[in-house]
Amino acid sequence: MKKERYLLPLILILVWQGLSSVQVIPSYKLPSPVEIVLGFRDILIVGVPPGHLLHNHMLYSLYRVALGYAVAALLAIPLGLLMGWSPGLLRMIRPLFELVRPIPPLAWIPIAILWFGIGIKSAAFIIFLGAFFPILLNTISGVLSINPILIEAARTLHAKEKDIFFKVLLPGAVPSIFVGMRIGIGIGWMTLVAAEFTGVKEGFGLGYMIMTARDIQRPDEILAGMLVIGVIGLLIDIGLRAIESKTIKWQ
Amino acid sequence: MSLDLLELSKTFQGKGWGESVHVLENIQHRIENGRFVSIIGPSGCGKTTLLRIIAGLEKASAGKVLLDGKELVQGTEEVGLVFQEYALFPWRTTLQNIEMGLEIKGVEKEKRREIAMEYIKLFGLGGFENRYPKELSGGMKQRVAIARTLIMNPRVVLMDEPFGSLDSQTRDAMQEFLLSIWQGRQGTTIVFVTHNVDEAVFLSDEILVFSKRPARILERFEVGMPRPRDRTSPECNRVKREVLQILSKETEDSMGLPWIK
Repeated sequence: MKKERYLLPLILILVWQGLSSVQVIPSYKLPSPVEIVLGFRDILIVGVPPGHLLHNHMLYSLYRVALGYAVAALLAIPLGLLMGWSPGLLRMIRPLFELVRPIPPLAWIPIAILWFGIGIKSAAFIIFLGAFFPILLNTISGVLSINPILIEAARTLHAKEKDIFFKVLLPGAVPSIFVGMRIGIGIGWMTLVAAEFTGVKEGFGLGYMIMTARDIQRPDEILAGMLVIGVIGLLIDIGLRAIESKTIKWQ
Repeated sequence: MSLDLLELSKTFQGKGWGESVHVLENIQHRIENGRFVSIIGPSGCGKTTLLRIIAGLEKASAGKVLLDGKELVQGTEEVGLVFQEYALFPWRTTLQNIEMGLEIKGVEKEKRREIAMEYIKLFGLGGFENRYPKELSGGMKQRVAIARTLIMNPRVVLMDEPFGSLDSQTRDAMQEFLLSIWQGRQGTTIVFVTHNVDEAVFLSDEILVFSKRPARILERFEVGMPRPRDRTSPECNRVKREVLQILSKETEDSMGLPWIK
């Protein structure tokens, strides 16, 4: 079973390499796998633009995501718990959010740049918008999905509102909060790369890197950069899943 | 000293144009402290509603509940409720479920752990204290639920068809277990809702037969046999027959099945 998983990709890569070698696939449009590996070496040790090495691009991107994502989680989780807890609050706030939510985070880039200037704050703001709503909505639905009988059971054990909030609603909503956090980081990460296309002051960032590679006509470096972006996104999701299964042993 | 139900009535108001439902009609009864009282009646007759009112989860439309002459306030420590479907907190282990009430009360960790471990031993849950509810059998879950309620030392324990979903051997064992626990706690009143006549006769000092909705007390049986009881003894069968006679008539009426007669 294990081996079969790698069989198809391996065949594809070999065919791709073969077609590239006999010039059926033009290298200036789609470099061969070997060229992409060499491109990866270049972004790693030469840098795009020269001197701006891959690990620094990664650090800047991760920093922007971490900042926007942390703010999103810190606001969305408590707010979601409160909105799930209080029907009045839910009715009051939901229409506003329903209006704002369908606006793509990327559509906020112009106004973000106007508000925060080009730099870390506007990038983080875009990430924030991408991550906030999935975390909020999943937290709310997590609270709403808790069996009401558990709240009654807590009441018969003389729980006050505070106890019900912290000992029933919060732990009961945790699985759903994790779902929201995983969707949120996924959207945040995708949004980041696009946000870096338009406004980066520091000269670092994975999105900035692949746009620069395009400017200097290096499709091998573009594709190597895209692969790096994908692999980091995958690793983040694996990491969150690991934390999730450690935290939620009861499901 | 007693638990008094004084002219309790309950009507659920329908939402909007929905019809309102009259569930309890003038329930008037005195339960002496320390007794084991079963309530039996057609399904959907309002037995659960009565328990919920006594537990303070529901407000009566009229009438009140007194314990030793004082009206019960919501959230009182005097009353505990064991739910029909266990209602264990799935994210808490056996130990954490049992100590939930003490935790809410603010008993310090060492102390409440010590008390909870005693209950775990008493309830035969040793070795399972760190398991989550999904890893427990139905009988074990119900023991956790009962322990979680009893650890708060309520003077009145309300039980809503607690053994309804257990297989019959586990059910018999749980009944005997419940009796032994109850007999070890002087003065604890148990109000036990069931639809199983065998169970009611085996367990109770007193059986109340409820009518179909709106529920009234149709008949009251005093079950005088000494314990331990033999489920198949002529005395048990005699009480069972009497209860069944009243109950089956009421159930036929409520189901509208004339061809049974």
